[in-house]
Amino acid sequence: MSGQAIDKGKGDERLLRESFLKRWLRRPELGAVGGAVLVWIFFAVVAGNRGFLSLRGAANYLEVASELGILAVAVALLMIGGEFDLSVGSMIGATGMITAILSVHYGWNIWAAILVSLFFALIVGAINGILVIRTKLPSFIITLGSLFVIRGATIGLTRLITGRTQIGGVKGALGYDSASALFTSGVQIVDPASQRGLSADFPISIFWWLLIAAVATYVLLRTRPGNWIFGIGGDEDAARNVGVPVDRMKIILFMLTAAAAWLVATTQVLATGGADTLRGEQREFYAIIAVVIGGTLLTGGYGSAIGAVFGALIVGMVQQGIVFTGIDSDWFMVFLGAMLIVAVLVNNYIRKHAAEAK
Amino acid sequence: MTMNHNSNTPALEVREISKYFGSVIALSGVSMRLLPGEVMCLLGDNGAGKSTLIKTLSGVHKPDEGEYLVDGRPVSFDSPREALDHGIATVYQDLAMIPLMSVTRNFFLGSEPTAGRSIFKRFNVQRAREIVREELSKMGIDIRDPDQPVGTLSGGERQSVAIARAVYFGAKVLILDEPTSALGVKQAGVVLRYIAQARARGIAVIFITHNPHHAYPIGDKFTILKRGRTLGTFTKRELPREKMIHLMSGGDELERLEHELRGFHDQQADILADAIHEEEELY
Repeated sequence: MSGQAIDKGKGDERLLRESFLKRWLRRPELGAVGGAVLVWIFFAVVAGNRGFLSLRGAANYLEVASELGILAVAVALLMIGGEFDLSVGSMIGATGMITAILSVHYGWNIWAAILVSLFFALIVGAINGILVIRTKLPSFIITLGSLFVIRGATIGLTRLITGRTQIGGVKGALGYDSASALFTSGVQIVDPASQRGLSADFPISIFWWLLIAAVATYVLLRTRPGNWIFGIGGDEDAARNVGVPVDRMKIILFMLTAAAAWLVATTQVLATGGADTLRGEQREFYAIIAVVIGGTLLTGGYGSAIGAVFGALIVGMVQQGIVFTGIDSDWFMVFLGAMLIVAVLVNNYIRKHAAEAK
Repeated sequence: MTMNHNSNTPALEVREISKYFGSVIALSGVSMRLLPGEVMCLLGDNGAGKSTLIKTLSGVHKPDEGEYLVDGRPVSFDSPREALDHGIATVYQDLAMIPLMSVTRNFFLGSEPTAGRSIFKRFNVQRAREIVREELSKMGIDIRDPDQPVGTLSGGERQSVAIARAVYFGAKVLILDEPTSALGVKQAGVVLRYIAQARARGIAVIFITHNPHHAYPIGDKFTILKRGRTLGTFTKRELPREKMIHLMSGGDELERLEHELRGFHDQQADILADAIHEEEELY
């Protein structure tokens, strides 16, 4: 079914005019789009008869991809702006825990708890940004530090307040139903290919993911701040000399990545009904991998939000696809690491050729 | 741009400015004036204070002594941006252009044209493209595609885009820091033609170069710096080409060196001649 769609896409591509093709070659996400198609074909062949091609299979990997993708899109903007944020993983743990403690342990309305954790995320994001600007240290170092500080404080404070490291019972909190509608509802679609009439559940996080990616793409390509982000990442001093508010933009970008972590955490807390101090571990690496696979330069100044979407899709498809193949999922990390390196090589190759095409 | 262009008021003037870095005297009592539509070549050896002078004019440094006037009014700049707002635009050798960004995006970085209001305000990319194409073709440069990354342009084209940007955003004084030094003959010609265009528009140009063959055809005035002082400003009539070349290429010192080297063995002399040649290009 969707196999035909892919074939059609290929046919269209051959019909495109050369100048258009060249323009497209210059886009950073080209490698990731091609990669996503290849990965999909690979699992369609290897695990197609084991459910990868079913609607449930798609819902499965899209859900994983969406949670990573929300993070990756924000991280992509930051990385195009020339900075890193390694603290997003612990931010997921911290904001999820704040929401859970306030709503369960202190009996707050969950909306208030969610807003407080958003506020916390924005403050910590701003602190990350201000520290990077003031100290002029690499953001890699600053946020590596905050990665540990936030995680440690989350575990320490949670144990201090509740005596535990996991909190459940969020589903019984005040206002849960309305919050759940916004963050964890889904669309059930009955799989027409399924004889037993099984339905696939597409969670709303997929919608958030695509919406955020669309807004981010618009901002990057069609607004002044978008142009500034490219400029800051390309050459900070040059950007500052022509009047770009470099510091303000960087702080905003750090706040955005923290807010993205908050959104992922909120989705998880509401979906599972609980929080764990260790939640979000290593998500910072997954996000960076998705962004880099998506064609964004590690050194900044070049990249795309659409690329991050496809990067996250690739990671999601591989992570869930391996389950469908029946191979031990331990091998996922091997795949992911190897893919990262291959993706960077391919992206470099494409970029070089696009730059040389005169 | 609101100030009237009285051609007798210097677009830029410095009187007896000095700049110290600790105990180092980088500039000492330098004076010069520049009228609108004039090209002044700033000449001098390495370490003569050219960079310090440019940076002082462009708002990077503040002079420790002396007066700095723009359009006849005293000014004091805290940042390059302030100087830019007064119409003093500097195009540095390393360009301050971002190679991975498109020509259009570079051109308008920090001053993007917009359309729409409030949250619907967007970067009017279409208009930006048109302006870039128009501005560049006005100056005789045909950009194949305003969306191509600046990194794919030739050196001369890059310089020209940087200059076009400064001119478009209302520069009254254009400071060009060795724009032709890394360029081949043809590319340098493109840039020199561009400087002539800017002059024709009434822009005052300060042109720093080591190459007398680039300086002489375009310059109206020549200011020579040595060890942080001016040896004076000469008009083209006062300074014949040979004398200028002599001054620029190290003058007497180099002649003495050449004399000294004449006695060497042939093969060695060849190597050294090459070295001198290189040195000449540097100076």
